[in-house]
Amino acid sequence: MVGLKDLNTPTRVTWCPGCGNFGILSAFKGALVELGLEREQVVVVSGIGCHGKISDYVNVNTFHGIHGRVLPLATGIKLANPDLVVFGFSGDADCYDEGWDHFCHAVRRNIGMTLIVHNNMILGLTTGQTTATSQTGFRTKSTPFGSVVPPLNPIAHALVSNGSFVARGFAGDPKHLQGLIVQAAKHRGYNYIDVFQPCVTFNYLNTFEWFRQRVYKLEDTGHNVSDRQKALEKSFEWGDHIPIGVFYKDDRPTFRDNLPQVKEVPLTKLPIEDVDISRVIESMK
Amino acid sequence: MHINDFSFLIGGEAGAGIARSGFLLAKACMRGGLHVFGTNDYQSLIRGGHNFYVVRVSDREVHSQTDYVNLLIALNAETVMLHKGDIAPAGGIIYDQEDQTLSLEKLGRTDLKLCPVPMRKIVIEKLKEPHSLIMRNTVALGAAIAVTDYEFALFEAVLRDTFKPEVAESNIRAARIGYDYAKEKFEGDFEYRLKKTSAAGKRRIFLSGNEAIGLGTLRAGCKFYVSYPMTPTTGLLHFMTANERDFHIIAMQPEGEIAAINMIAGGAFAGARAMTATSGGGFCLMSEGLGMVGMTETPVVIMVGQRPGPSTGLPTHSAQGDLRFVIHAAQGEFPRVVIAPGDVEECFYETMRAFNWADKYQLPVIILTDKYLVESEVSAEPFDTNRVKVDRGLIMSDHYEGQGEYHRYEVTETGVSPRALPSTKGAVVHANSDEHTEDGLTSEAPDVTTMMMDKRLRKLHWLRKEMEERGVGTTKFYGPEEALATIVSWGSTKGPIREAMDLLGSEGKAVSFLQVVYLQPFPKTRVEEVLNRARKTIVVESNSTSQLSSLIRDYLLRGVDHKILKYDGRPFNPTALSERIKEAL
Repeated sequence: MVGLKDLNTPTRVTWCPGCGNFGILSAFKGALVELGLEREQVVVVSGIGCHGKISDYVNVNTFHGIHGRVLPLATGIKLANPDLVVFGFSGDADCYDEGWDHFCHAVRRNIGMTLIVHNNMILGLTTGQTTATSQTGFRTKSTPFGSVVPPLNPIAHALVSNGSFVARGFAGDPKHLQGLIVQAAKHRGYNYIDVFQPCVTFNYLNTFEWFRQRVYKLEDTGHNVSDRQKALEKSFEWGDHIPIGVFYKDDRPTFRDNLPQVKEVPLTKLPIEDVDISRVIESMK
Repeated sequence: MHINDFSFLIGGEAGAGIARSGFLLAKACMRGGLHVFGTNDYQSLIRGGHNFYVVRVSDREVHSQTDYVNLLIALNAETVMLHKGDIAPAGGIIYDQEDQTLSLEKLGRTDLKLCPVPMRKIVIEKLKEPHSLIMRNTVALGAAIAVTDYEFALFEAVLRDTFKPEVAESNIRAARIGYDYAKEKFEGDFEYRLKKTSAAGKRRIFLSGNEAIGLGTLRAGCKFYVSYPMTPTTGLLHFMTANERDFHIIAMQPEGEIAAINMIAGGAFAGARAMTATSGGGFCLMSEGLGMVGMTETPVVIMVGQRPGPSTGLPTHSAQGDLRFVIHAAQGEFPRVVIAPGDVEECFYETMRAFNWADKYQLPVIILTDKYLVESEVSAEPFDTNRVKVDRGLIMSDHYEGQGEYHRYEVTETGVSPRALPSTKGAVVHANSDEHTEDGLTSEAPDVTTMMMDKRLRKLHWLRKEMEERGVGTTKFYGPEEALATIVSWGSTKGPIREAMDLLGSEGKAVSFLQVVYLQPFPKTRVEEVLNRARKTIVVESNSTSQLSSLIRDYLLRGVDHKILKYDGRPFNPTALSERIKEAL
């Protein structure tokens, strides 16, 4: 089983000092150790943005893809070899802007994987522009007079699209986040965790302090995680009190559970040397 | 009297089952030992509009449709109006007198044979199936069998094999009534006849390019097929999904083409042979993903079925306008293979090779087709399923036994790095769309950038070398060595060109034909050799700027003597093509 040290790579971390990404990285590494996984079993898929560099910082199998496409890439990996434990890492622009259509369909499809979204409500790597989760009135280089559209509510979207595991974490509480990642990885469906990840360089509004004053844990309030209606209600809470933790969870069958022809063996383990196509040829005579 | 050299044209409204009727008729002819070629022409709509399907039948091998029609089967008045000019001397028309009143005087053709069949009336009054007016087609097909003096039993057997028992029975009744009616009314004096040959029986197969590629895909061991519906490649999606349970594979429709290419990249990275198919518009969306598989050296196969652009263009027609596009799509420079099969045999064998090239050289392979190739159906000898063996290249077993940590992008002489799949014991695999060091971790260092670019592009050299040494048919040559001119072309134009060559040959004008099957890497040595020997060079293409000529100019620094181009969305017809070739001689 993997130890924390085995997970290091030689690459120097280039996130800004104090970046919320450090909390996510340490929570993720802690979760891998806690889950008792082997490095070879795990695949990290990341997109483009500051979050995407995580694939250089964790020594498990990784695929650093292109902007917005974490989910289809991870879906392909998981469908081809369900024995792999697949974690997607995406950012708010990567997932909720460029890759939004994939998000809606991945929730519906219920592929057995975990998606962790580094949500800092701004584009960091391109030096500060608005994203789908930026708040109305938020001033950035691309919205110098303030964003004029309301932010997207990804938790509510996941819930109304039949999400089977919907949670939110906070990079300022890595221990709690680690617990969420462990729970997610043990759940069979499409496990989605949105993570508040303050950008210390470009987001002057949604800072660590801003979140600390507002977040509270759903599990401390006796929230029933199997009540989708209640979860939806909670997903609209914003302002002085913002919930984190598991909003909703159920055990509906995964995409693969519904494909009887591939239940037993991973696609990658099927013999390919001598596939018999004679019956199909015969049907064309 | 003409025996066994024949073209039917079945025309009617969209939604009237035109393509299905053509398929049934063609298959009945094939089972009588005849060679058949069927092609459809339809519009981007579900009901109304004009659809037609042409079936060419002959006792010699056929490669395309013809310029003329011997028997027009008109399921509406419009069909006669649009196609009466295509009818060969002494040809015939089967039509419903309820749709239109025809007379030879009105048509201005005293040579034609008119065969009015009360199709609608038969369905309503004799079959008593007023809600299944689509069976008018079957009545008309039965009549066509009678008029051409063909064997009804062959048609009956095809109906029985194609439909569910109760549907088959009512169709057989409909066909029989049409057959008997025509036998009684039009017996005996039609100029064109069909006769069962000694090759009759269930020997040949009748299939489309899409299906031939599908067979190759299954046989090559592709386990993960992801494709968003887009004409003309939707047929391949249907073929793969219909077979997914029997072959224990996943064939699925994602949310779009961007998802499709990224999903197959994931599946291929995990170790499954993976493929997608689309047309130009979908391929535009895939371009960024294509670059990613190029950079990450992930083996995938992409079938692109061309149709006329720009943009939505003519969505249900055919063109060869995307050659340059597929060769250059995506930012940056990376190796890729582009193969353009020209008939169903090449669709099958080149698809099997495509998966091997992808695995051995760890790069994207594009199978470039068009609507005319993948949706036309043709009779063929059953394929030799052992001609191309599965070759996965350098893939480790489930254990990494190398020195030190595994490096996904190890620099090697050939540029190909041994591949470990995720879950290989002792190996951690880093795939990276950023430029990277040998271990797959991100690097922006100038020396690394140069080294890795060289490593990837080096694969092309070895690929070309292997193709040459193993005698892979990167080009094919047809016709005599001594010829008045050499035609150079690629893809689906092959069929009409071969037919045109026969026509020219029968007039004593010998031309030869160089088919370029591999467009990337471009087989420059072989093409140059042939062009240097040619008395005259004529490029034939279904595009407006002659993209193959521009490749020849790029690679060989020379022009060609003539270009015969067609870009109206329709395939070349052999006679018209032979006339244009004659003008160029």
